[in-house]
Amino acid sequence: MNGSAIMLMVLSLLIVWGGLLVSILALRARPERADFPEGGVDDHREDDAITERDT
Amino acid sequence: MSTTTTDTSPPREQFTGQVGFILSAIGSAVGLGNIWRFPGVAYENGGGAFLVPYVIALLTAGIPILFLDYALGHRFRGGPPTVFRRVKKWLETLGWFQVMICFVIAIYYAAIIGWALSFFVYSFTLKWGDDTAAFFTGDYLQLSDTANGGAWFTLDFVPAVLIPLLLVWVATIVVLAGGVAKGIEKANVVFLPLLVIAFAVLVVRAVFLDGATDGLNALFTPDWSALGDMNVWIAAYGQIFFSLSVAFGIMITYSSYRKRRANLTSPGLVVAFSNSGFEMLAGIGVFAALGFLANEQGVAVGDLEGISGPILSFVTFPAVVSQMPAGPLFGALFFGSLAMAGFTSLISILQVVSAGFQEKFGLTRRKAVLWIGVVAAVLSVVGFSTTTGLIALDTIDNWSNNVGIVASAVLMCVFLVWLLRTSPELRYHLNAVSTFQVGRWWYVCVGAIVPAVLLYMLISRIVDLARNGYEGYDETYLLYAGWGTLVFLVVGAVVLTLPRWRRSPDDFVAWPTYPPVMAATTSKGANR
Repeated sequence: MNGSAIMLMVLSLLIVWGGLLVSILALRARPERADFPEGGVDDHREDDAITERDT
Repeated sequence: MSTTTTDTSPPREQFTGQVGFILSAIGSAVGLGNIWRFPGVAYENGGGAFLVPYVIALLTAGIPILFLDYALGHRFRGGPPTVFRRVKKWLETLGWFQVMICFVIAIYYAAIIGWALSFFVYSFTLKWGDDTAAFFTGDYLQLSDTANGGAWFTLDFVPAVLIPLLLVWVATIVVLAGGVAKGIEKANVVFLPLLVIAFAVLVVRAVFLDGATDGLNALFTPDWSALGDMNVWIAAYGQIFFSLSVAFGIMITYSSYRKRRANLTSPGLVVAFSNSGFEMLAGIGVFAALGFLANEQGVAVGDLEGISGPILSFVTFPAVVSQMPAGPLFGALFFGSLAMAGFTSLISILQVVSAGFQEKFGLTRRKAVLWIGVVAAVLSVVGFSTTTGLIALDTIDNWSNNVGIVASAVLMCVFLVWLLRTSPELRYHLNAVSTFQVGRWWYVCVGAIVPAVLLYMLISRIVDLARNGYEGYDETYLLYAGWGTLVFLVVGAVVLTLPRWRRSPDDFVAWPTYPPVMAATTSKGANR
């Protein structure tokens, strides 16, 4: 491969996969907010609550 | 902690959590376009230099419009008709327009997955022989020879196409009937990791083939002059837009199945970058394989034909498979990946239709899925498992995507941002529940950049289709199959708006309250 093609390939992978890695790490560090506005609690009046498997 | 909500509507189905949602959303975004569209588009639009407009389009159009979909679905909790009606009553028709687009796309998308399943089986014996083009259109599809007076529409069914297509529909109905957590999420939890592993093995094998570096050179050698060409920028925005499956209801529907207190933007970033990451992987795999094929045939990569779309997958790739060592395994991995990528997208497309009908007509999930599934399967079989299936597919795909979806996106941005001024409320919603905060730049993206670029795309496409037709197809045929598709979408949207709702979606109070009266000042840490 020529130099500029290699450079662009590496750069593309760094940006896109790097972006993916950073976004995953950011999500793992703070999966959910600790503070929400009042309310917004889900209810299960008409169904059975599913088992939640959250990060 | 309070156990009541301000909402009087019944509870919704839910994903089991963030991981299930993210996997399902990636499964939806990663589809056939990632594998067969991206590599060709990148190659034809500046090679390595395409990276620049591509990344800019991802950040200024893809991610912002993904956030818009998430905010709408999560805040107004429903499929597109419910959501848009809750924004403004008369906007319900736009929701049904999106449902109609999904219905039409599902009908032909299933056919392509059926082809992939057939070719998965053919891989083991390399059944396509030496002339892969003749095999695909002749032996397999038995395509009507329209150039020599063949009919434009027939009901001559092709069993080899029909049987796998029926299998696809049965699987789709079974998964959707299982519900969001036990159907859609489970299917994605199984198929998405399998897809990534199969595709990664394929790509690694491809880059070690003779001539692979020639292919990668062709893909990545930058042509910087392309950056001055507006069409290259439009191509980048188009690629990002189509590949993320945004603006026609899927992401609205999926995000409505997240619990209320759920992070939206940070998982959205993971989904968007995963989609592009997979595309990049596909670009490397496809062009490494094309380099190998060119090497075997003693031609330059630039002289190869059929480097994108169905022809890449079903004509060019079989040729690669035939010539490489351990070809059957490579072929099975490729077509298996194609089928899995397509299937996880198909179920998301059809869930939009199912949600719309469940909510408006008060149907149970199973009833809605069964009815919609059977009607769609019948239309799918009649339209696409015959000797004219490929022509219909090509035409309907072009109109529903390049005109239908783009129009849907433009209307969505114009109505929400300019006419109804909903964007501050949606941004507030995103920021109130998410860890990644969306700044004012988002208004510029969804209010100006996205509609401007897409409107240009839409108008130039319509002008081109009206003036030049499409693929040299018969004008009368295009009038019915092409423009007719558009009429079908619009009429369907209007007709479905008319009936009364079985349960009114209007007695709904969105959470969190907007404008935030006290939430912003007192909520910090108060709830937990």
